[in-house]
Amino acid sequence: MMGFELVRRAAPSRRMQVLAPLQAVLLTLMAGLGLFALLGQNPMHAFHEFFIAPLSTANGVSELLLKASPLCLIGLGLAIAYRANVWNIGAEGQMYMGGVFATGLAIHFQESWGAFLLPAMIVAGMAGGMLWASLTALCRARFHASEILVSLMLTYVANLVVKYLVFGPWQDPQANNFPLTVEFQDNALFPLLAALGWEWFEGTRLNLSIVITLVAIPLAWFFCQRTFAGFQLAVAGVAPAAARYAGFSASRAIWMAMLASGGAAGLAGVSEVAGPIGQLNDRWTPEYGFTAIIVATLARLNPLAVPVAALLMALLYLGGESVQIGLQLPKSISQVFQGLLLMFLLGSEVLVRFRLRRRHPTAHAAPSASVSVATAAGEKAA
Amino acid sequence: MTLSVTPLVASAIAAAIPLLIAALGELVTERAGLLNLGLEGMMLMGALAAFVAITHGASLPWALLAGMLAGAAGALVFGFLTITLQASQVATGLSLTILGAGISSFLGRDYVGYRAPATFETLPIPGLADLPVVGPLFDLNVLGYAALLAVVGVWYFLQRSRLGLHLRSVGESPAVARSLGLRVNRIRYGAVLFGGAMAGMAGTYYALAQLKMWQEGLTSGNGWIALALVVFATWRPGRVAIGALLFGGVTALGLWLQTVGVGVSTFALASLPYLATIVVLVSISADQQALRRHAPAALGKPFFDGD
Amino acid sequence: MKRSTFLGATVASLALATLGLGAASAAEPLKAAFVYVGPVGDGGWTYAHDLGRKAMEKALGGKVVSTIVENVPESGDAERVIRDLAAKGNKLIFTTSFGYMDSTLKVAKSFPKVEFYHATGFKSAPNVTIYNSRMYEPAYLAGIIAGHMSKSGKLGVVASFPIPEVVRNINAYTMGARTVNPAITTKVVWVSTWYDPTKERQAAEALIGQGVDVLIQNTDSSAPLQAAQDKGVYAFGWDSDMTAYGPKAHLASAIEIWGGYYTKAAEAAVAGKPLKQTVWGGIKEGMNDLVSINPIVPEAARKQVADKRAEIAAGKLVFTGPIKGQDGSMKVAAGKSLTDKEVDSINWYVEGVEGQLPGQK
Repeated sequence: MMGFELVRRAAPSRRMQVLAPLQAVLLTLMAGLGLFALLGQNPMHAFHEFFIAPLSTANGVSELLLKASPLCLIGLGLAIAYRANVWNIGAEGQMYMGGVFATGLAIHFQESWGAFLLPAMIVAGMAGGMLWASLTALCRARFHASEILVSLMLTYVANLVVKYLVFGPWQDPQANNFPLTVEFQDNALFPLLAALGWEWFEGTRLNLSIVITLVAIPLAWFFCQRTFAGFQLAVAGVAPAAARYAGFSASRAIWMAMLASGGAAGLAGVSEVAGPIGQLNDRWTPEYGFTAIIVATLARLNPLAVPVAALLMALLYLGGESVQIGLQLPKSISQVFQGLLLMFLLGSEVLVRFRLRRRHPTAHAAPSASVSVATAAGEKAA
Repeated sequence: MTLSVTPLVASAIAAAIPLLIAALGELVTERAGLLNLGLEGMMLMGALAAFVAITHGASLPWALLAGMLAGAAGALVFGFLTITLQASQVATGLSLTILGAGISSFLGRDYVGYRAPATFETLPIPGLADLPVVGPLFDLNVLGYAALLAVVGVWYFLQRSRLGLHLRSVGESPAVARSLGLRVNRIRYGAVLFGGAMAGMAGTYYALAQLKMWQEGLTSGNGWIALALVVFATWRPGRVAIGALLFGGVTALGLWLQTVGVGVSTFALASLPYLATIVVLVSISADQQALRRHAPAALGKPFFDGD
Repeated sequence: MKRSTFLGATVASLALATLGLGAASAAEPLKAAFVYVGPVGDGGWTYAHDLGRKAMEKALGGKVVSTIVENVPESGDAERVIRDLAAKGNKLIFTTSFGYMDSTLKVAKSFPKVEFYHATGFKSAPNVTIYNSRMYEPAYLAGIIAGHMSKSGKLGVVASFPIPEVVRNINAYTMGARTVNPAITTKVVWVSTWYDPTKERQAAEALIGQGVDVLIQNTDSSAPLQAAQDKGVYAFGWDSDMTAYGPKAHLASAIEIWGGYYTKAAEAAVAGKPLKQTVWGGIKEGMNDLVSINPIVPEAARKQVADKRAEIAAGKLVFTGPIKGQDGSMKVAAGKSLTDKEVDSINWYVEGVEGQLPGQK
């Protein structure tokens, strides 16, 4: 970068919006190829194993979608919240509670509710996520407590709630005192796509819960771009002062942001317990709620980009497994890889809003004026 | 029911020290307006670097230096992306956590299963260490004493030194600070690097003072707790110390209550520290004016030096 | 290299052709795979399994090659990994954590020709075999040493979760100690995690603060042992030999030894006669042991441990009556023993353990 400087563009470059991610992928590939070579692997083979092999079967594709779906769902909710500058990082806990509420119905009304059970579980799961998120909203809107912190602390608590339930009242008596609920029956499970006649998905685990995600994507986009509430949220996020001036309630924005993201996380919770897991146990989540934070940020809070980011994160995960199985590379390699890709992506994004210019020799002539700074900051001293 | 206070305090302090070290570093970073969520990653890198140094024959001070440099190296990446390249701070911090965990686990696999040849042991101060209740404060290792000094040092630096003043003004309003001639980016880099070095020191504490070995993920999520403590303390060093102690104390209390047979669910006891944090946070934050007075106004917001 | 065709097949074959990896060697080694819940570098549970795997590979020369997948969450991910391993031609698959039970069973149904081995579970199938280690045997022996070494008559356990595996270890430890001193009691602190050195240490400190002078842990770090070392009391190593981490405090280590079992399972599979018997092995089968007894442990204690160890190795069951429950009621009459099924689902404390078992009324 020596001899160059950044200059802000008048408007974000559309070309760079496409090129920047490509550049990042390219850089990661180069770093990755180098890394593989360093480890004594044929770089092209390793590359293939990481990125292509996981997608080379129908099952692989369905697994990718199965993994990306909850990430996308939570990511959408978080994108909405973060637009309002409400940093909900406790989606993981809200997801737990979604799973808990859905499980509550599944194990208590398995017999009596018949075909209504699954729809009721979906509603309950969403409500559970929203309820848990509303605790954070209350602390933030009413008492101005940091939502970052409260939502994170509540995640630890939610995890302990799950543990309490599966070690105690909800434990399956047949489970030899292990922390498991009974397995859900069919009316509490999302039907497999294969079972609905989608032959291409024969033998895969992809289930109907993906429809929730597919519906949520345009809904989230519509909410953000086409509704007044979405507009209010965005204003509250970007220019809180302007929002106040326009009479938008700050606490309403907080509530909306938390409820939207909590509800989405709750739904993701239902799709897991009523999907691939089929019961509640004490360690059923691979931290989707945390990964989704990265998904939302990578997508730059754009609901239409969230699915792409979710697929990418899911692929990185599957690729890591694939190189471990195929090439005996430790799984931490994929973590390194993930970190690198994210870093390159974040770094490349600079070119969307800025362009490079050759530096003029007399760019910064900084006068010293620390006395006035002293008074400016002195007012804030404790 | 008998609970002796002094050992409980000792237990709380031992758990609080690394939290305090990491949180003080993050506090300085945040005071300069940058939110670095990558603490956990930098701590892990620091822990491994210190352990590797010590197994290859370095003395304790050099191992500590290695740990701090590794933490600072992670921070440098964060600084380059967020300060120079204007990337999102939240996303970069999270990515740094992933990268730090990945690198440390990848490079550390040959170091599992060995004890550190040299470790930080406690150096009780004669006379003071035997006092009731406060005695444990005088029965720490070098890093523990350093952490206590750092509380005063960071406070003095921020509130009394000229550079600290500059740093705070950068965190309040980088645009104003720059218009007044401060080298905003240079100060921000400095703050970020300090935060990283402190995170590395906290990691060193886990590897060479607490566990005395290397295991993957040995910080077990404490980086996140340290982050929480900074907000909890409303960006004031003294309160970070109190917060770290409270957190360590409530965790210990939950475990101590079990030993005297309180008929409460162990899961409820385990959730005590988190609930207590929320309660304290709510009661602190309810005073909006105090909070506004202390939160760095530009925290987390990108600043472009070229405008 | 069997891979179903989709878009990647041509690329795959191209890549393989250029690499010259396409040709299969004459005597194909048997492919075995291991699914780990933690990283190999955890220094605890997963580390012990990986040591076992390496021992197996070494013992069988080139006849078996093994693959590992580490850090596999016990969530929906497990089934994908296990299925993938089966689809890639692994004939033996070891899933080494309880949470993989249902995933293993599901995949096993679709791959009847693959042999699955699931550690610590309770559900089996024609091609799913359960194996587990009776860690309560070395825990019992550790209890004997604790009984000799404790001056306060109070023992402590840093425990993870109230599952039967942990409960029976607490019981065995207490029973062992009470053969030496019938008045001894055991305090338990549940840390609600498998690995958190800070919490484990604090739990140990809490126990020491209550007068406990010999500790054992059922978690994955050496932190409780180090706390004991710093506070001048005694403790045991768990899962692996932890002598180095607290040489003064360390009385002995209760260790897992998986290598023997993995070697046997692989040998049987190579010979075409896969093991199908549920193996719940202990000292007798060489699957665990109490090792590295500290020289300060008195001769009387060593002798008692050696005698009891010989008895156990000869087949005597640890949970043999008379065993009284916490409230003093007779749980196992003299001459009777708990069946394996009872031991595997135990949810009550023996006499001498203090406090209430979480989740029980």
